[in-house]
Amino acid sequence: MLIAAILALGIGTYTIRLSGVLLRERLELSDNLQRLLPMAAAALLAALAATAALMAGSEFTGPARPTGVLIGALLAYRRAPFVAVVLAAATTTALLRLAGLP
Amino acid sequence: MSTVKRTLRDVGALGAAMVAVGASFGAIAIAYGLPAWAPTAMSTVVFAGGSQFLAAGLIAAGNPIAAVLAGLLLNARHLPFGLAIANTIGNSWRDRLIGSHIMTDEAVAFALAETDPARRRRIYWLVGTTLFITWNIGTVLGVLLGGATGDPDALGLDAAFPAALIALILPSLRDRATRLVALAGAAIAVALTPLLPAGLPVLCALLGLLVLAAPSRFLHPKPPVPAPAAPAAPAVAAAPVSPDAEETRC
Repeated sequence: MLIAAILALGIGTYTIRLSGVLLRERLELSDNLQRLLPMAAAALLAALAATAALMAGSEFTGPARPTGVLIGALLAYRRAPFVAVVLAAATTTALLRLAGLP
Repeated sequence: MSTVKRTLRDVGALGAAMVAVGASFGAIAIAYGLPAWAPTAMSTVVFAGGSQFLAAGLIAAGNPIAAVLAGLLLNARHLPFGLAIANTIGNSWRDRLIGSHIMTDEAVAFALAETDPARRRRIYWLVGTTLFITWNIGTVLGVLLGGATGDPDALGLDAAFPAALIALILPSLRDRATRLVALAGAAIAVALTPLLPAGLPVLCALLGLLVLAAPSRFLHPKPPVPAPAAPAAPAVAAAPVSPDAEETRC
């Protein structure tokens, strides 16, 4: 049962990934729709970032993680290197947790 | 030359974080009571972090069917990702078959942050393969080390990934229409997270595209400048096509 579940999830996920890639060629997309695709991806990625930054399960997370992400986002906005963004976000959150914030 | 170095450093940083999170996945799966081969097999066969954590928990709770369904729901976003990234992956069957499996949020975000098609293609494959390797190495380490890998939250790694995604999508947000769509999508997803099962809120972020149907005055407050991209009117015309497709999902 375990191996069946893992295989089903793996094959299903692969099918989802591949079908987007293959559909792209089959679909006769107008220029306007083509322009929407990167926007749709940006919306999904922004939603992932926002939910990962703010939510823990179905509730809001403690302040440590959003604060770290905010520091990282500010650095990114100031065009800091990617590594600095990631490290600053993680370090801020780790230090806040060390200080006892959830 | 420094661009290449910077890219390698960026991908290296993400890879290092991936080892740590992969290790925590391996360790957690073992702590749930799964056999050692299970997390390793998941990381190779499924290769989608969020759905693996979710599925491992549901399998451990004795509900493998829910694990598969919830995992697939969480991964449904890869379909629009595939549409957006298809031309980047390559046109040969080998590229499509392999390139689809290494599709992740991060690989898509890195690729879309790049405008030059050749560089975009290189960065997609670089990030995809690097993360596949580091994620699997991490998982094996976690299985072997078990609880000794420590708590990834103590290292603040849960803040690293959203911050990385934000850094990667920021350049595309300079375009006003994209920014409005992305912010609306993010707000929708956060608002729906307490109400819907995992995966659906992020999919509903596609409804953010509806802001393009708003009066074009709103999108282009200044008199429309002939932009190099497509003009505003066709976007408005195209928008009604998407709501139908999306409302069925939400």
